[in-house]
Amino acid sequence: MTAGMRLFTFAAPSRFHALAGRFTPWFWLATFGFAVAGLYVGFIVAPVDATQGNAYRIIFLHVPAAWMSMLLYMVMAFWAAIGWAFRAKMASMLARAIAPTGAMFTVLALWSGALWGKPSWGAWWVWDARLTSELILLFLYLGYIALVEAIDDPRRADQAGALLALVGAINVPVIYFSVRWWNTLHQGATISMTAAPKMASTMLTAMLLMTLACWAYAFAVVFTRARAIIVEREQHTAWVSELALAAKGA
Amino acid sequence: MRALFLAVLLRDLRLAARRRIDALLPLVFFVVAISLFPLGVGPEPQTLRHIAPGVVWVCALLATMLSVQHLYAGDQADGSLEQLLLAPQPAVTVAAAKCVAHWLVNGWPLIVAAPLVGVLFDLSGPALRSLVIGLLLGTPVLSLLGGLGAALTLGLRSGGMLLILIVLPLAMPALIFGAGAVSAVESGESAAGHYSLLGALLIATLLGAPLATAAALRISTE
Repeated sequence: MTAGMRLFTFAAPSRFHALAGRFTPWFWLATFGFAVAGLYVGFIVAPVDATQGNAYRIIFLHVPAAWMSMLLYMVMAFWAAIGWAFRAKMASMLARAIAPTGAMFTVLALWSGALWGKPSWGAWWVWDARLTSELILLFLYLGYIALVEAIDDPRRADQAGALLALVGAINVPVIYFSVRWWNTLHQGATISMTAAPKMASTMLTAMLLMTLACWAYAFAVVFTRARAIIVEREQHTAWVSELALAAKGA
Repeated sequence: MRALFLAVLLRDLRLAARRRIDALLPLVFFVVAISLFPLGVGPEPQTLRHIAPGVVWVCALLATMLSVQHLYAGDQADGSLEQLLLAPQPAVTVAAAKCVAHWLVNGWPLIVAAPLVGVLFDLSGPALRSLVIGLLLGTPVLSLLGGLGAALTLGLRSGGMLLILIVLPLAMPALIFGAGAVSAVESGESAAGHYSLLGALLIATLLGAPLATAAALRISTE
């Protein structure tokens, strides 16, 4: 495999299936390693915040989840577009595998934000620009998942999903800035989320460790889901039958 | 290209003229949905004046989403959509003509009715004017985005709800600036910035949405 490896080597579903299978356990290991380290630093080493007490510690999950939610949408749109433009099946399958994980991180960011908002602002939810655009991002994810799931023909589903993901990706900045403008006009929420003045270095370390854990988790889950999608879609091919036979034998 | 554009546009307008009640249903929905709000919220003029811009805009958005669902369905069912896409002219022409027809049939009545329902909410003269200007700039955006959603969800089982789920997040900027214009006028500020942003949205959507709709039509009818 090392000799003839080219850019598109892993565009073949069978090769990607094998590669993802080999890497997934390592990503799980990395997830648990980074998460344990991050939680240790975050909960035991990092000091109590002067103004927010212990409630601030939710930042160690909240901020990485919010980062991942935005990043994964862009990654999803990228792979969907590649799949559409080059008729690359594997890229489209990867895009579909990313969507639920992205939506999960969006929900996690919103949920942990609500849990953080209650003690620090006294409200589960405020119509702050960032919260609102995160909510709209969740709607974009749900729209993509719903559209792709509603179309039975996988080719059409991939292409329609790619188009929607691209339109959504172009719209994300427009939505973000219009929501921000709307928020400043309404003068409703006086709480700003840019309050964090300076962060202790242990807090930053914990956050970065948790971010790495989230990255590794995303890789592990997306690869696992992609493998399931590959086997489902390629079920009529010879290599999947061999795989099934081998699994039965073992 | 121009001949095809005009042919599709005139055909859709003629079809709408033959089924007048169907064409008026979105308008009826718009008025009925708006008149539910005072019943739910209460009749205090102060509150009503405050929520009026948002209510009118949300109802216009929903009325457009409901009316846009059958934009391509009929043509797909009788096979004429496929013939239109087989024509040598680019599919963008068809998408643009269908959207213009949809706006003329369904968008205009909403704009005409908006001042009347605005009066029900005790809006002032300048506020009514800004509502109409905002809708003039904003309803074409809704028709264009709705056309894209209709092309993407063409022939799907749960097409209706799916279209609404897909298009609503994309239409939020139009809602924000449209309703914001009226609120700005109500609080004694200039709405010029809102109009400019709505205009920018309209131009960007005009340039992008027909192309995306054409691509979606090709995907859906392949």
